[in-house]
Amino acid sequence: MLPTMRSLVVGIRCNRRWFSQGSLPAQPKSRVAQFKEELAALTAKAYKGGGQERIDKQHEKGKLTARERLEILLDEGSFIEYDQLLEHRCAEFGMEKQKYPGDSVVTGQGAINGRLVFVFSQDFTVLGGSLSEAHSLKIQKIMDKAMRVGAPVIGLNDSGGARIQEGVDSLGGYAEIFQRNVLASGVVPQLSVIMGPCAGGAVYSPALTDFIIMVENTSHLFITGPQVVKTVTHEDVTTAELGGAAVHTKISGVAHLSAENEIDALQATRRLFNFLPLNNKEQAPRRYTQDRRDRQELSLGRIVPDDPNTPYDMHEIIKKIVDDNDFYEIMPAYAQNIICGFARLEGRTVGVVGNQPLHLAGCLDIDASVKGARFVRFCDCFNIPILTMVDVPGFLPGLSQEQGGIIRNGAKLLYAYAEATVPKLTVITRKAYGGAYDVMASKHLRGDINLAWPNSEIAVMGAAGAVNIIFRGLDGSRTKAEVEKYERLFANPLTAARRGYIDAVIEPHTTRTRLCMELDALLHKQLSNPWKKHGNIPL
Amino acid sequence: NRSFSVSAEKPPFDKILIANRGEIACRVAKTARRMGIKTVAIYSEADARAVHVKACDEAVCVGPAASSQSYLNIDAIVEAMKLTGAQAVHPGYGFLSENAGFAERLEKEGLVFIGPGPFSIRSMGDKIESKKLAIQAGVNTIPGQLGLILTESDAVRVSKAIGYPVMIKASAGGGGKGMRIAHNDAEAAEGFRLSKAEASASFGDDRIFIEKFVQQPRHIEIQIIADKHGNVLYLPERECSIQRRNQKVIEEAPSPFLDEQTWRAMGEQAVSLAKAVHYHSAGTVEMMVDGDRNFYFLEMNTRLQVEHPVTELVTGFDLVEMMIRVAAGEKLKIHQDEIRPKGWAMESRIYAEDSLRNFLPSVGVLHRYIPPEEYEDETGVVRIDAGVEEGSEISIHYDPMIGKLVTHAPTRIEAINKMKTALDAFVVKGVRCNINFVRDVMDNPRFMSGDLTTHFIAQEYPPPGFRGHVLTELEGNELSAIAAMLHMQHKQQASAPVYRRSDVMSPDHIIGEQELVVTIEGTVGEVVKKRLHIAARRPKLGDVISTEFVITIQDRVPRVLTADLPSNSGLYLAKCTETGMVRIVQAFEKTNSGYILSMSGSPYKITIRSERLEELSKYMPVKVEVDHSSHLCTPMPGKLHSIAVKEGESVIAGQEICVVEAMKMQNVLRAPKDSTVKKIHAKVGQNLALDECIMEFE
Repeated sequence: MLPTMRSLVVGIRCNRRWFSQGSLPAQPKSRVAQFKEELAALTAKAYKGGGQERIDKQHEKGKLTARERLEILLDEGSFIEYDQLLEHRCAEFGMEKQKYPGDSVVTGQGAINGRLVFVFSQDFTVLGGSLSEAHSLKIQKIMDKAMRVGAPVIGLNDSGGARIQEGVDSLGGYAEIFQRNVLASGVVPQLSVIMGPCAGGAVYSPALTDFIIMVENTSHLFITGPQVVKTVTHEDVTTAELGGAAVHTKISGVAHLSAENEIDALQATRRLFNFLPLNNKEQAPRRYTQDRRDRQELSLGRIVPDDPNTPYDMHEIIKKIVDDNDFYEIMPAYAQNIICGFARLEGRTVGVVGNQPLHLAGCLDIDASVKGARFVRFCDCFNIPILTMVDVPGFLPGLSQEQGGIIRNGAKLLYAYAEATVPKLTVITRKAYGGAYDVMASKHLRGDINLAWPNSEIAVMGAAGAVNIIFRGLDGSRTKAEVEKYERLFANPLTAARRGYIDAVIEPHTTRTRLCMELDALLHKQLSNPWKKHGNIPL
Repeated sequence: NRSFSVSAEKPPFDKILIANRGEIACRVAKTARRMGIKTVAIYSEADARAVHVKACDEAVCVGPAASSQSYLNIDAIVEAMKLTGAQAVHPGYGFLSENAGFAERLEKEGLVFIGPGPFSIRSMGDKIESKKLAIQAGVNTIPGQLGLILTESDAVRVSKAIGYPVMIKASAGGGGKGMRIAHNDAEAAEGFRLSKAEASASFGDDRIFIEKFVQQPRHIEIQIIADKHGNVLYLPERECSIQRRNQKVIEEAPSPFLDEQTWRAMGEQAVSLAKAVHYHSAGTVEMMVDGDRNFYFLEMNTRLQVEHPVTELVTGFDLVEMMIRVAAGEKLKIHQDEIRPKGWAMESRIYAEDSLRNFLPSVGVLHRYIPPEEYEDETGVVRIDAGVEEGSEISIHYDPMIGKLVTHAPTRIEAINKMKTALDAFVVKGVRCNINFVRDVMDNPRFMSGDLTTHFIAQEYPPPGFRGHVLTELEGNELSAIAAMLHMQHKQQASAPVYRRSDVMSPDHIIGEQELVVTIEGTVGEVVKKRLHIAARRPKLGDVISTEFVITIQDRVPRVLTADLPSNSGLYLAKCTETGMVRIVQAFEKTNSGYILSMSGSPYKITIRSERLEELSKYMPVKVEVDHSSHLCTPMPGKLHSIAVKEGESVIAGQEICVVEAMKMQNVLRAPKDSTVKKIHAKVGQNLALDECIMEFE
């Protein structure tokens, strides 16, 4: 029971006691008193959602109620509810007899670690959490307010879909939300937690938000369910296969994080929220840390192997550079050849993008490009500096990539980096080859500071390949000499540094200190793109 | 110069080569440097960036990764000595340290081998030969009949002569088959009959022999040092009974079991054996000691041993220096009477192996390697002999030993306590290691009492073996208190934004109080749940380190603790202000619901919840471990470079299964779960398409 409700009920009880113990027991109740009683009953009903039976059912499924979820998501006592008494106005199909105060969603404002957030939490116990016009209006209201005051919106999704009895009113309700999702995009962060079914048109609201977190086993997200799939394509599939957390975080890339259970999901959401600013005009909050900027990690120079073809784990490099070893990865199971996530440098949030030599040698492929592009654009929307850790041998060659449109998709990452105006810090740890060098926040794409470790190679391609093209049909011994010459010229960061494409070649263990200092300098960076309605990213 | 064996103004050599790698190469280099001797390292191609290379003044590459082609490559090593002008070579242990051919070759080349002569090495290298020599030198050996026993009456006669109990063994025996212990004549007769029948049935070979059965066997060894002038000294004994499959894990000096008389008797026999083989340099005579302090010769190691530091710490000698000096022909000047142990020394070998999974070697990069601080003060010594640094790779090519942690203190229990603290502060990440195991042994009551035998590990950790530490009540309380402090600090940190850089370091904002439910899950034992109240006090002005926390666990007395946020290394020190006791915990990972903390070497998953959250958590489904795919498919198109397993082989989760080469990069594919390889579909060298199945598991 929430504190606000508890106090209200207690208050009413006191009144009643006062009346009953008073000297005038026979007097009829006043109008106000009558109303208060009625209100208390309504409030009590609102708290019970679809009733105890349905709440028990929800619990049996390993799910919490809409209000319990908000208790976990928000700071204790911070939730203020809106529209607790709002009801639907549908009178068809006996709906007039099925009214619940607040309808099938709980909305309001609250705080996460003291910072304002607007929330809606769909109540599956009320008519399956179905989206009615009223349900939609409630969500619209908090979204509008979030936009006006500049605070993020978090949606907890658990809904069977449209309220069919309402017909087009319900569809209209969805579209109103979609419209607001789009307008809010890039203005305030929007997070979606999928905690039950989310199917059909309903999926598009989460899809339009910045991050989707799914609960393993108890949530799913798909356009059409197994039954429809069966009739249309004759495929026998389960809900989990169609749209479970595993599918969306590993294969489709629709969701960004998956969590073991609802509590885990909500706590993950809180962690993610901590990194983000409230809106596009603010900076992310700076946090207290004991991790000093001058901490030197001597091992950074040793983790990258001498042999350019031996993989290593870029996560370890990132963790050693950022504050307190704390790197919060986004989409850890999808397109693992690129790493995206949030971390802090001296308490300031940075978005980290890194090539991962452990997977596909760190090549950029279609999925990695799209994953990276979306993350870079999110950071750019919300004033989060981007730290790019480069070790990239190029774009992934192959039939499936070309036919799948690596050109169009790779261009998304290029576009995102080129368009971004937030501070861009780049560290080349080993390889920066070919077009991929250009793409990964190179100096040419307005990189603010581009650093290279001494063993890095910045070239069009590996020396052997390059010599093969430049000197076709050369005999063995001369080829060797030319390869060596090419290596001398390009298998180091010197040529790039001489041209100013690299601002400095630094010892790996000084990376953290250098980045913190650069970030300080970039605090008030001013850079804007030419006026336009919006660019035309190659979708 | 602590060694008082010899005195010389000038170093005995100008330059020596160290024909080894890892910790022992670094160890030898350290002494050489102190003596003013220049050092030459040798290294394999795989070790080009190894620590021992940096520890020496010069380094020569002697071949590819495989030891047989590098560290055992005598020609290349002799070549390296000539190239660098090294006059002598210290072989360390392992590799060429007991290779008589190498010592001979050096002799021929006019170079000095810092070790015994080829004759000593050769005669002690052969089991039968060395036993014969030992008997001749008057050294106790395990009594037994070397010849075969033919009849029951023979068996009884021989058993009587040896003295009961005896072990009746099948010559072809193995795995306990055909083995009988007899305590009297009747058992000897029966045992002979049964063993013979069993041996005949099991091995088709019914030859039987009898030897003394050693009860409560301990492994105790005598370090000797001998010069080239016939002087031989024996040093305090070392006890190395804590062994796992004949591999020593923990060693100490002196032994908690021996008396001076036995030590002297052992020492004198060791000296007599050394003299018999004209021994010079450092060596070790290994003995088996039974419950009645009878001792029997096992073998002699003609080299410096891994566990030599414990002897160094109780004697104050530098054995490496002594070896170098006697190799140069210097004379030992100290007298046997002057040698007796001072205090107690304890050594733990830290291996890169997974102690929770039957100690399988674990290879990889040491992403975090922070050894405890070395020091020497009035309370004793903490010494670390290691040959790695953060970022080093533990590779499949060599021994998986990361290093040795050695402590010295006035008493055994103090040495153990020093060891515990040091182990708690030893950070190793990237590879699995046995710190949790040795830490557990240090807490074992039987170990603490000194009641050791070579069966200690097998008896104290019966199958399925070591599975992790079980928290005591006190440890559970401490761990939950520490987790709560960490949680409180992080919570405060998350809700207190800072605006200036100077604020970033200030903990002034940390303040508040909470009721928490802390749940602790280890790898073994029951889930521990503690309810506690925690209140944070604002730190005193100018005190930048500690916020004080008053913690009340369930109905216990409130205690005041202080703790700092963990450093980037993950170390987290909590101090109980009343008792002054410091607990070192390692913070591995922040999770959504808490932390993974390591206490006493073992990891614990810790969940921190408010009372309300705890109540709601009962609705959360119990996590069922999902069955991972029974197929291993290639995640990228490429060429199958190698397969590390065979059909029918059992594999454990995370084990390397095969390597796929893509984009000229070698990608290691690992077993998704513990299983058995059912069928391998792909061949080495084959080109694989995306998601092509490489093998199936059961």
